[in-house]
Amino acid sequence: MSGAVAGGSGLVRIASGQGFWGDDLEAPVRQVEAGPIDYLMLDYLAEVTMSIMQKQHSRDARAGYARDFVPLMERIFPACANRRIRVVTNAGGVNPAECARALAAAGRRAGMAGRARIGVVTGDDLMGRLDGLLATGHPLSNMDTGEPLESVRDEVLSANVYLGARPIVRALRGGALVVLTGRSTDTALTYAPMAHEFGWPWDAWDRLAAGVVAGHINECGAQASGGNCLAEWWAIPDLTEVGFPIVEAGPDGTFVVTKHPELGGAVTLRTVKEQILYEMGDPRTYITPDVTADFTTIRLSDQGNDRVAVDGIRGTPPTSSLKVSIAYSAGYKAVGTLVYAWPDAAAKARAAAGILRRRLDRLGLEFDRVRVELVGWDSTHGKLAGPVPGDLPEVQLRVAVRSGDRHAVERFAREIAPLVLTGPPSVTGFAGGRPRVQEVVGYWPALIDRSVVEPHICVDLVEV
Amino acid sequence: MPRVELLRLAHARSGDKGDTANVGVIAYEEEDYPLILEQVTAARVKRHFGDMVKGPVERFRLDNLHAVNFLLHGALDGGGTVSLMTDAQGKVFSTALLRMEVEVSDAVARRVRGRGRIPPNRGRRGP
Repeated sequence: MSGAVAGGSGLVRIASGQGFWGDDLEAPVRQVEAGPIDYLMLDYLAEVTMSIMQKQHSRDARAGYARDFVPLMERIFPACANRRIRVVTNAGGVNPAECARALAAAGRRAGMAGRARIGVVTGDDLMGRLDGLLATGHPLSNMDTGEPLESVRDEVLSANVYLGARPIVRALRGGALVVLTGRSTDTALTYAPMAHEFGWPWDAWDRLAAGVVAGHINECGAQASGGNCLAEWWAIPDLTEVGFPIVEAGPDGTFVVTKHPELGGAVTLRTVKEQILYEMGDPRTYITPDVTADFTTIRLSDQGNDRVAVDGIRGTPPTSSLKVSIAYSAGYKAVGTLVYAWPDAAAKARAAAGILRRRLDRLGLEFDRVRVELVGWDSTHGKLAGPVPGDLPEVQLRVAVRSGDRHAVERFAREIAPLVLTGPPSVTGFAGGRPRVQEVVGYWPALIDRSVVEPHICVDLVEV
Repeated sequence: MPRVELLRLAHARSGDKGDTANVGVIAYEEEDYPLILEQVTAARVKRHFGDMVKGPVERFRLDNLHAVNFLLHGALDGGGTVSLMTDAQGKVFSTALLRMEVEVSDAVARRVRGRGRIPPNRGRRGP
């Protein structure tokens, strides 16, 4: 057991520091510096992130993890070591081992040699085992469509199974100051510290479910503490230095969501409810590797001063399978934009789109999909925006195409600029140059029996 | 009976799971939750979005939060990086749903007047 609980309050404070790869780089520093915390959780992985990292890894054997994490740790390593703030993160991406090496080097640069231990969780990466699994009765069928993975096998870019909290707890028990994982569930980064500190047994379903809810609230950073909040967003104070959420958890699984008082943002029933509903499926069965949580049992109470208490949560045993996140190469796409000015901006943009489509047809190019949007009118709410007023001051024409044929997409990219001199007038905004051809990454969710995954899970401890 | 945008009675957050957008709709006041349950049904939401949602709409109740969660299947043009939509992650389906009009009593219409929109004289300051 670590000393956090022994701090006197009996509570463990788990601070959220990153909600995705690309989040506010200063947020975790603020979490460490602006007040007391026991754990810092950093979530870097979204569904497509693993495939991006896999691509980087295939070009450079030393890449494939959240590189931002290493310079961040170099800044906060001494504070974390001195105050025994433990960091739990999935920054390892598809290359936790290399991430750990870079982290150890950063730790030595920060004067941490011999003063910190890194825990590395692996076993989530199924890429090297795919053919063996497919050959032994694990079809990894698409959860949405039922199609077997065999149909896109040659296009697969990455395949990672979502691991739960157990290996993280093993690393914490082993004394790791920093625990690095690959594809762990986002929520496990928050409830593993709770399970570890309070010594929860793995059949304490209600407490584990409470941990999952705490994790869901923490996993998107400031989205629980005033960021992206629709309820009276204009009244939320000082988002410039927004305080990311902090979970203050007790041994019985009850917890309070709060933030450092001197930082901006807000923690209210409204901000917390919005985050609870974010990316929600069936709220009665929120499935994780460790427990299935029932989000309809959550009880919230506002204690004022940016404190929302959470209790009442019920959980049931987890399923026998684990979720696998597979990315596969699914063709190419490009997005071209031009801006049309008053008068009749929308009519000009639509006429230009028509000309473009006919030119693409005449070139005999095949697209799986062509999408035309008028940014400034219908690109977000579609037909719900109603008919376009004739006096719209300006509009951006946005045309996007997707095709399995790279050549077709490249040619499309060359057909945007010509519209400036060969199409409707009062057009501008093409200075950004030719549209970039991007590889499309398809997402393939699947299930796998946990018995073929769990024996491969490995926890290594490395000294800085 | 007066009709008001759902924006007056509820706030919302939306996100994605593959090609499915979810929209969580949360009553500002507990007393307005029954009205939302009665009028903002899965069928009504499906009609509201029309062909913007290719598949079915599911609704789940969270009575504990005075909220309902909608799953809009086939709303994101394939979702993720496959989608060609500006809003490929379904981030603004929240306010698209809150455009829907509901019928309320005169008293409720008065009580919720102005809610959900930035008050006059706010937000005029520059960056």
